[in-house]
Amino acid sequence: MKNKLLEIKNLNTSFRIRDDYYAAVDNVSLSVKKNEVLAIVGESGSGKSALAFSIMRLHNRAKTEGEILFKDENVIDMTATRLNDVRGKDMAMIFQDPLTALNPLMTVGEQIGEALFLHDRKLSKKVLNDRVIDLLNQVGIPRPNYVVDQYPHELSGGMRQRVMIAIAIANDPELLIADEPTTALDVTIQAQILDLIRELKEKMDAGIILITHDLGVVAEMADRVAVMYAGEIVEIADVQTLFEQPKHPYTRSLLNSVPNSTDSSKQEKLHVIQGIVPSLANLPRTGCRFKDRIPWIDDSVHEDNPELHEIEPGHFVRCTCYQDFHFPEEEVEQK
Amino acid sequence: MTFLEVKDLNVHFPIRGGILNRKIDAVRAVDGVSFQIEAGKTYGLVGESGSGKTTTGRAIIGLNNITSGQVLFQGNDLNDKANKKLDFRKDIQMIFQDPYSSLNPKKRVLDIVAEPLRNYEKMTKREELLEVAGLLEKVGLSEESIYKYPHQFSGGQRQRIGIARAIALKPKLIIADEPVSALDVSVQAQVLNFMKDIQKELNLTYLFISHDLGIVKHMSDRIGIMYKGRYVEEGNTEDIFSNPQHIYTKRLVAAIPDINPNNRAKQKEFREAVQKEYDQDYDQYFDEKGLAYPLRQHTDTHLVALPGRG
Repeated sequence: MKNKLLEIKNLNTSFRIRDDYYAAVDNVSLSVKKNEVLAIVGESGSGKSALAFSIMRLHNRAKTEGEILFKDENVIDMTATRLNDVRGKDMAMIFQDPLTALNPLMTVGEQIGEALFLHDRKLSKKVLNDRVIDLLNQVGIPRPNYVVDQYPHELSGGMRQRVMIAIAIANDPELLIADEPTTALDVTIQAQILDLIRELKEKMDAGIILITHDLGVVAEMADRVAVMYAGEIVEIADVQTLFEQPKHPYTRSLLNSVPNSTDSSKQEKLHVIQGIVPSLANLPRTGCRFKDRIPWIDDSVHEDNPELHEIEPGHFVRCTCYQDFHFPEEEVEQK
Repeated sequence: MTFLEVKDLNVHFPIRGGILNRKIDAVRAVDGVSFQIEAGKTYGLVGESGSGKTTTGRAIIGLNNITSGQVLFQGNDLNDKANKKLDFRKDIQMIFQDPYSSLNPKKRVLDIVAEPLRNYEKMTKREELLEVAGLLEKVGLSEESIYKYPHQFSGGQRQRIGIARAIALKPKLIIADEPVSALDVSVQAQVLNFMKDIQKELNLTYLFISHDLGIVKHMSDRIGIMYKGRYVEEGNTEDIFSNPQHIYTKRLVAAIPDINPNNRAKQKEFREAVQKEYDQDYDQYFDEKGLAYPLRQHTDTHLVALPGRG
């Protein structure tokens, strides 16, 4: 397909713990098209940020295998010089925590200017400054002429996040990875930031990978959704299908555990997923990885080597256990 | 007698400057806030960061000094010096936002949970051990956790250790400041369910501070909305969510992401309409300093900060 922007094939990212390597991203394949928002959902520890960092090659000491084809060029094979060209220009990332991602010793203007200058060293000071002001305007920062000389600590959380976005979009990237871009923000600011990302998508035809655990944000933003658990993709579908006909037990459990703000009936109890996400070293590497968290489901319904099954065009579900899955409280009703 | 009554609470932080570092101005973090909480209920306090919601909670429990106003807990003024020595402060406890920084990493769970007991109760080591074990059981942690350190637990478990510490002295009021903001959705559900369970079991009253309206709606009986240190609206949960009156509340409610992707277009339209109204009518709802007007009665249960008309 022509408009395929990013294609990941059998990606493994492993971290070394003592003498062994453990895969935090385990055989993940997915693709992002232009003008598409792909949301990646999962609890902390599911490997979604590790995946994002792999795409940007930001891991320091991880072992990365597989293919990450960005416009048909494998990111894993890129030289450092080539990487510096591509990163921040063709693909960019909005990081989770603006306070740690921004340099506290540089003004906002210097940091945004740096992103521009590194990819076009012929820019004059004057042009650079105009572009920076323009970017600050684009992300909706009031009084940009004043903010440009401020330091990150002088800005509020929402403003800092906008500065991060301004840096990320400085060179009109074709692929934008947003790692929990609104987690630390208030709802009204969140709505504004999401609008901004949506605008970018339309204006620049960019592909966006949105990493979040907020299902409301997913419902509002995404075109397609990939659900990750323990380093694997367990379900992938377009956004309507995923919210209306979720199949994998993990997806269904996640959807059930959110208090529904639009639903007027007040459900007393939220669904709780039993147990915790296993740590990297303790991950079960064989069988269905979600098995331990739904112990009331019979072992025999899981596959020995769970694979992604395409149950409808574009809707993939891992393992066959979804066919027999039910919540424990439903069992009582059935009897 | 009202369970908790906050009357015209003001918390101001001085801004110092000039040659002698004198007080030149003040930040009015909480600026004339009044509300009441009924026993056994959950009161949700909502607002964006910097709205003064946390400061209000901290002032009630005594972590911030009150500039003026009264906090009456079961009829006793908490700010009255004559009352300072009385023990009703132990009836008010707090659950903190971040379970990673609110537990001392160098202390064992036993010492963390037993600290309030050591301050107020005279217990032998053995009684204390039994008590802590009982508390941990109540929050769903096994007995062997007692000699572990905080880093050995997951986020949800840590937050439950924080809750065990908060309920150790059998308090009547718990101030929960963003208790689940730092947690994953699935763990959030666990902690919220659990908070509801112990509320029934121990007949607790909650002051639930959060910026997440979905969660506040799920938990609260009554809700107060703060903006720049003042109240803009107060009402029962249905009042706020089905019939918001103040433009600020409307905007807040409109900003909640809808979990149904099919409503996306509708939600966007709605949000734009509200934003337009907000931009247009801003002056009508806020005074010349951009602050909210005093609250006025809208219905029996519903108060809104609208300017006096006529």
